[in-house]
Amino acid sequence: MAVKTDPEEKLYERLDRALKKYKGKPGVLIAALQEAQEIFGYLPRRVMIQVANRLTIPLSEVYSVVSFYSLFSTVPTGKHRLEVCLGTACYVQGAESLLRELQDLCGTEPGKSAAEGPFSISTTRCVGACGAAPIIKIGEELHGEMTPEKLPPLLEELEKE
Amino acid sequence: MSTLLGELIRERVRPETEHRLLICGGIPCSSKGCREVKESLDDELRRRGIAAEIPVEIVGCIGDCSLGPAIIVYPEGILYQKLTPDDARTIVRQHLIGGQIVETLLHRDPRSDEILRQRETMPFYRGQTRLVLRNCGVISAHIDDYLKYRGYAALARALTEMSPQEVIGEVKASGLRGRGGGGFPTGCKWKLVRETPADEKFVICNADEGDPGAFMDRNILEGDPHSIIEGMLIAGYATGARRGYIYVRAEYPIAVHRCREAIRQARQKKLLGKNILEKGFSFELEIRTGAGAFVCGEETALISSLHGTRGDPEPRPPFPAQKGLWGKPTLINNVETLANIPLIILHGAARFAELGPEGSAGTKVFALAGKVRHTGLVEVPLGTTLRQIVYDIGGGIPGDKRFKAAQTGGPSGGCLGEESLDLPMDYDSLHRAGSIIGSGGLIVMDEDSCMVDLARFYLDFNQDESCGKCTPCRIGSKRMLELLQGITGGRGEEGDLEKLEQLALLMKNSSLCGLGRTAPNPLISTLRLFRDEYLAHIRERRCPAGACRALSRQQGSAEEGNCAEVETVDR
Repeated sequence: MAVKTDPEEKLYERLDRALKKYKGKPGVLIAALQEAQEIFGYLPRRVMIQVANRLTIPLSEVYSVVSFYSLFSTVPTGKHRLEVCLGTACYVQGAESLLRELQDLCGTEPGKSAAEGPFSISTTRCVGACGAAPIIKIGEELHGEMTPEKLPPLLEELEKE
Repeated sequence: MSTLLGELIRERVRPETEHRLLICGGIPCSSKGCREVKESLDDELRRRGIAAEIPVEIVGCIGDCSLGPAIIVYPEGILYQKLTPDDARTIVRQHLIGGQIVETLLHRDPRSDEILRQRETMPFYRGQTRLVLRNCGVISAHIDDYLKYRGYAALARALTEMSPQEVIGEVKASGLRGRGGGGFPTGCKWKLVRETPADEKFVICNADEGDPGAFMDRNILEGDPHSIIEGMLIAGYATGARRGYIYVRAEYPIAVHRCREAIRQARQKKLLGKNILEKGFSFELEIRTGAGAFVCGEETALISSLHGTRGDPEPRPPFPAQKGLWGKPTLINNVETLANIPLIILHGAARFAELGPEGSAGTKVFALAGKVRHTGLVEVPLGTTLRQIVYDIGGGIPGDKRFKAAQTGGPSGGCLGEESLDLPMDYDSLHRAGSIIGSGGLIVMDEDSCMVDLARFYLDFNQDESCGKCTPCRIGSKRMLELLQGITGGRGEEGDLEKLEQLALLMKNSSLCGLGRTAPNPLISTLRLFRDEYLAHIRERRCPAGACRALSRQQGSAEEGNCAEVETVDR
């Protein structure tokens, strides 16, 4: 019975229930993976296998989709997801030096698993807030007109949460 | 006659007599704390016991992002700018209760030092012709508001007075061209879908706004989603499609939410579903979200993504209009293109064609950003000059620095130098100048921006987003990026530019889809306009703009820049 109370197993049960509505329908793989990522926060191998089995799609095809789209992650993300916008407006306003500074401060870099640290960094291609460039997105929240100086207090604030 | 239909045909505009507050809910404003301002407004209104009388509505982008967070107080139409939560309380006390305008929170024009109370009096707005953006920042995204401003009246007109062929004729006569970047005549696309026989057809709204630097589609989806639904309904009626999809990029969660809400509301009013307005026309609409892939803005890649697979492009022909989603004729139009449709049907093709020069009818929304005082969405008739947009509307360059170039068309586009300031911004003029209108991204650069590094930035983007299906794009973009990283990193060699030119030509001519064919454009145009800057990097190990850190360092300068250590950003 111990297995059933394991929180991770609960997530897999939730995934099973979520996948039911996609079964047998064409063109649903991306939507199914998006929902799976919402449940787990990322897409570990076992999740991909389960999606493949339930939707009767080859695992290779599932993986080809996961690796193609930048919003899918196969590594866990930190408690705080920091996304630096690298759109053109942000680039012109100094986003790359912002990213360097953020990497130094957090001691991690885009794409790295954040199993240990509280922060994970990623880059994004334009969040559409170019009027307030450069932008950092933290969770669902956007922070505009960022400068390297504004970063340390912002991170301190997050660490307290 | 359906009662709703009767109402739609009558012209109505809401008279502004009552107090109401519109708060800009555009994304740049929300990144500056517009939510806190709204909470503070709501709270103060409640405390004063007037919350029920004065509605506070979050609307789409009001326009000038440099003013955010901003609110407009009706009926006077006073615009308050750069607000803090405390300012919001002052407005409630002093303006709404005391009847006194809060002078300190008004916008002061830095050039004339004049205080400007209404949005319409500001240079940023005076120079614009806001048609596609007519409702943005004016009404909420709710269907009731849209209906009050003649929403769905064009659909009613099309269904009652026009045959599908007449609708297509009208769109063709208007001269509307695709606003997503292709610039293909919209009416011709519609006709092709109409004339391809099939048991099923589809309409897709391409809301995968890929240009990193363009945000007009996002704003229309969030601020005026019903104009898109109406445009799609009219497109469905004209082409014979009965089902539509809005393909939104996942980076726009609020847009997805607003569109979902809008679809639900339209369904409730029976403007979607079976037998719409009791005219025997049925249409269903769904939202699909992307998962972060620039190439999916390309029509055939978008269809692959809708099929649930990797967003790989396919060779054309056959065009999606003949063989698209699930192998059926599919009309794919961009958000802004569709938002123009209700206007054309309602006011007639002739009035639309009056705007803009020959071959470039109508208006275009530009996303003005970069080194310019007033950033935000700017809608002007096509053919407006770059100078008017950057200086008259945008207020020029901050710090009175020199204009160096404007980049249009994003990763597929090119640069316009100082000599192009008086160039009319239309499809053909920009093409001749070596750039494109694209989807309307317009990034201004000043003397501190390095054009070599800009080319490196776009190549980095295109290389990263290349799907890898065809060799010229997959390997060509990688090799070009390496050469550019070398040049900006102080390792450039004689002959690099010739190699780059060769590769650019090869990619342009032999790539499978638009991404690869246009990926060299930022390089080609900067190389043409700023070759001396490239040569300074290679021969003198010097970055004339002082932006490339690796090079500044070699000269012993401690100046901060953005070029160096590009490898750390490379993913």
